[in-house]
Amino acid sequence: MIWPAGGWHDRGFAMSGVLASLAHALDRGTVRLVDLTQTLTEDFPTIVLPPEFAPSAPVRIERLSHYDAAGPAWYWNNLSFGEHTGTHLDAPAHWFTGRDHAQGTVDTMRLASMLAPACVIDCSAGVAADDDFLLTRPMLEAWEAAHGAITPGAWVLMRSGWSARRGAAYANLREDGAHTPGPDPQAIRWLVHERGIAGFGTESIGTDAGQAGQFDPPYPAHHHLHGAGRHGLQCLTNLHLLPPRGAMLMAAPLKVHQGSGSPLRVLALIEETVV
Amino acid sequence: MTGAARPPANPLWRTRSPLLPPGARSRAAHLLTAAAARGVFELPCCTGCGRFAWPIPEACPDCLATVALSPAPRGARVIAATTAEVPADPYFRQRAPWRVGLVAMDCGPQALVHLDPGAGAGDAVRMTLVLDRAGQAVLHAGPEGGDMQADPQWREMTADPAGRRVLITDARHVAVLPLARALAGAGAAAIHLGVPEAWKPLPARAAFEALPGVRLVGLDVTSDRSVTDLAADLAGRVEIVVNTTDLPRPGGLMAPAAQGDARAMHDSVALGMLRLARAFGPAMAARGADGERGAVAWVNLLSVLARAHPPGWAGYAAAHAAGLSMAQALRADLASGGVRVVTVLTGPTEDDAFQTLDPPHVTGRAVADAILNALRRGLEEVVVGDVARDLVARLEKNPKAVERDLARGGLA
Repeated sequence: MIWPAGGWHDRGFAMSGVLASLAHALDRGTVRLVDLTQTLTEDFPTIVLPPEFAPSAPVRIERLSHYDAAGPAWYWNNLSFGEHTGTHLDAPAHWFTGRDHAQGTVDTMRLASMLAPACVIDCSAGVAADDDFLLTRPMLEAWEAAHGAITPGAWVLMRSGWSARRGAAYANLREDGAHTPGPDPQAIRWLVHERGIAGFGTESIGTDAGQAGQFDPPYPAHHHLHGAGRHGLQCLTNLHLLPPRGAMLMAAPLKVHQGSGSPLRVLALIEETVV
Repeated sequence: MTGAARPPANPLWRTRSPLLPPGARSRAAHLLTAAAARGVFELPCCTGCGRFAWPIPEACPDCLATVALSPAPRGARVIAATTAEVPADPYFRQRAPWRVGLVAMDCGPQALVHLDPGAGAGDAVRMTLVLDRAGQAVLHAGPEGGDMQADPQWREMTADPAGRRVLITDARHVAVLPLARALAGAGAAAIHLGVPEAWKPLPARAAFEALPGVRLVGLDVTSDRSVTDLAADLAGRVEIVVNTTDLPRPGGLMAPAAQGDARAMHDSVALGMLRLARAFGPAMAARGADGERGAVAWVNLLSVLARAHPPGWAGYAAAHAAGLSMAQALRADLASGGVRVVTVLTGPTEDDAFQTLDPPHVTGRAVADAILNALRRGLEEVVVGDVARDLVARLEKNPKAVERDLARGGLA
């Protein structure tokens, strides 16, 4: 069957209700889906730990058959990766501070956090000038002054422009480790404890800055977010397409048994009328 | 200096089919194969009367005692020399004219040999046991002190990098900068250097880029896509592959990250070789017969821990043992094209990864020299460094003693 011309409405979807309105808005293009996900590729940089710690396996896509002797009519691959590769979600149990939460792993994650509003903090000008740019509490307060208070239960996304980088410039490794932007300890603690966010997302390899191992506490985004049962998203892209507030974020990780995180497809719903 | 740029092959030339010299040998004759593979000059010698014999007999022709290989003096004198203009054998006919001679060896026997064009009847010559393109041991005679590399017949049997294009798989190995220098100095036409995880810094990048003929290419042997992408560009355009991929991670079976580390090391060292073989092997084998332009050699640089397994390096040793096993399969697969597969077993190298192992450690320069030497002499089995040589010698005498020694810690 070929889909008839027109949208959901013409195909007989429910005529009333919120979801019908959403379907109608998608038809009309007044609500749009934006893909915030990097393609899961083998050469996308992975977090690099100090050499004494076990490294994550990289993403590997291994062909099983491609309409050939190994499978004449079908194409499929074996896929392997660490839980924290590509665009991925960190669950609370990823960090020691979050190990005791009842819903601390991806298979037990609250569904409500998988679909929630997003507040987007534009740090791209500062990051363009400083690879080690830190998002601070005064910057967040300035954002609130312009756009209103950060909604409890919302995701906060740090827009940095970092996703435009590729390869070595994206990983930005030097002899003293990675140099990438992130939140400072006070900012992330304030977001978690004073604003009650669902999670914090970045365009770079981690929710923390590249040099955050030197902060107090070390890796404060991991420390505070996961300690409070909140989530992290990293390696996001297309954040420049989102409004400062008003977007709905959909982030549903793979339901990995007791998983500490997972690559995932992150989508945003935006209203074209929202500025 | 690297060699001059090679002109592209004329597409109107006939495609050459692989041809090899006669390859059948008796099991006893493979004693000579083992000597030639290691580059030593040993001949059949009677264990009773001490006389040398050629070709290898089943028993001493004089006293019927058993025969074993024994180091022999390498001098000989040419009795007669000739040039086969139209040999009966298709392999030699395709490569004619071919120079052959009858020599009297200082150790006694006379032999029909591949003769350097610079040697004639009455000349003193130096004998070498060398593997031919079929991988069988043959005798070559060249003038005393002469340049073997100038003999086209020697070049046919060996893998001198001069004028040839080389792929080195992992620029991060400690031997690769000196190897790239050595190959450039030996006149390699091009040196492609694989860089795994190109998004990580490559500390020696500037030194590599300063070398003539060197080109850095992305290559991660743990990725199907990376390997096949590079093979699409290079499989038809390299004559020598040097697989330097390594991932040294110490630890016994019960070390905290043993499982992940072992998997990663197997993926790099053993399965990496498999991926390279599948992507580059068929084109290399098909081009082995491609005359002067043909593919000639594939070097696998492996740790001697492939053969002796200290428990503190369990995953690493197992990965290299698997690599050594695959290297032998690769040798058989590439034999149809006459491409020499060289195994270089090295002791712990002089880099951060092996600092906990007993010295002496092998320098990258020593490994590089050994690889270049193996290519120029057509060797198949090379052991580099005192630790590695000692381990291999002890394994031949009493492998159980080596196992017990390694279990107590240390390699020496």
